[in-house]
Amino acid sequence: MNIEILVRIFLIIAPLSLVSFGGASSIYAPLQHQSVDIEHWVTAREFLDLFAISRVMPGPGSLFATLIGWQAAGLAGAIMASIAIYLPSSVLVFAVGHVWSRYRGRRWHTALQNGLAPLGSGLLFAGVVTLARLASDGPLPVAIILAVAGLMMWRPLLHPVWFLIGGAAVCYLVHAAGW
Amino acid sequence: MDQTARVPLTSIYRVFFEIGVFSFGGGLVPWIYREVVDIKKWMTKEDFLPGIALSQVMPGVSSTNCAIYVGQMLRGAPGAVTALIAMLTAPFCIALGAAFAYKWLLGLPGFQETMIGVAAAAIGMLLRTGIEAARMTTKGLAPMAIIAVTFVAVGVLRLPIVPVVAIIGPISVALAWRSAPDSVPETPSNPEAGA
Repeated sequence: MNIEILVRIFLIIAPLSLVSFGGASSIYAPLQHQSVDIEHWVTAREFLDLFAISRVMPGPGSLFATLIGWQAAGLAGAIMASIAIYLPSSVLVFAVGHVWSRYRGRRWHTALQNGLAPLGSGLLFAGVVTLARLASDGPLPVAIILAVAGLMMWRPLLHPVWFLIGGAAVCYLVHAAGW
Repeated sequence: MDQTARVPLTSIYRVFFEIGVFSFGGGLVPWIYREVVDIKKWMTKEDFLPGIALSQVMPGVSSTNCAIYVGQMLRGAPGAVTALIAMLTAPFCIALGAAFAYKWLLGLPGFQETMIGVAAAAIGMLLRTGIEAARMTTKGLAPMAIIAVTFVAVGVLRLPIVPVVAIIGPISVALAWRSAPDSVPETPSNPEAGA
C-alpha cells in the first residue's frame, strides 16, 4: 500500500474536519475541489455518485469521506479518511466539553452559537452550488433540486426518503424512455 | 454524575451501537437524550442539555459530538472513545459495503442516470436545510452579510476554507457577542429541537 497517498488523505481531510460545522454539509465545496480537481482521487461523476450513496446510507453524511478514501486507496484509504474526518473535530469536542458544561448558559455560549450558525449556512450554500454544478448536465437535475427544496418547505412532514426515491424514479424513467 | 454508580463501558457501547445501527435520516440527538436521560437515567436533564448546544456549535456531526459529550461526562476519555466508536461501528461497516458495491453497481444499466436523480434530490434537501437555517439565524443585517461573504468566498471564489473560517468565524462571533444577552439560563427547551 502506498503510504504517501494515505498521508495525503489525512492531510487534506483532517483540516476540513475542523471546519465541518453541521457535519459534512459545510465541506462539500472544498472536498470536491481537493478530491476531484487537485488530487484526482475520483472523477466528478464518481464524486456525485458517492455523494448520492452517502445520502442514502444510514449513518452520518460525513462517511462520504470514507467512500472517497476507498476510491483513492482501497480499505486503508477508507479507514484513513474516516479517522481524518472524525479525529480532529472529536478531540475538539472532548477538549471543550468540560469547560462548556461547567460554564453553562453563559454569554459566550450564545455568541458562539449565533456567530457560527451563519458561517455554517454560507458554507452549506457553497456546497449546494458546487454539487449542483456537477449534477446539472441538463435541465432535469436542476428541476429536481428546486422541486425537492420547494416541496420540503411546503410539506415539511413528508419523510425525506420519498424525495430520494422520487428523484431516482424520475431520472430512471426519463432515461429508460430515451428522452 | 454520581461517581458511586459508574456506568460500565460495555453498557455505553451497547446503547450507542444501537443508536448507530438505526441512524437513518438524522434526528439522533433527541434519541440519545431519550436513552441516556429518560430510560437509562445515566444523566440528569440539566447535565445533558449543555451537550446539545455544544454538539451543534462544534464542527463535526452533531450526533457523534453528542455521543462524545455523554461518554466523557459518564466515564471521561475512555467513555468518549467508546461512545464514538460504538456510534460509528455499524455505519462504517455499511459504508465499506457500499464502497465495495459501488464498482459492481456501476455495471447495472441505468445506474448512473438514476443516481443523478438521487443526488439532485439530496442537493434539494441540503438547499432546503440551508434556507431554513438561514431563516432562523438571520435576525439582522450582520448574519446575512456573513452568510453572503462566506458563500462567495468558498463557493464562488473557491478560496481555501480554513483561512476563510479563521477570518470570518471570529468576526461573526464577535458581532454575535455584542448582541448576546449578558447571561442567560440554559434553555430547558425540549430536546426535540436539537436534531
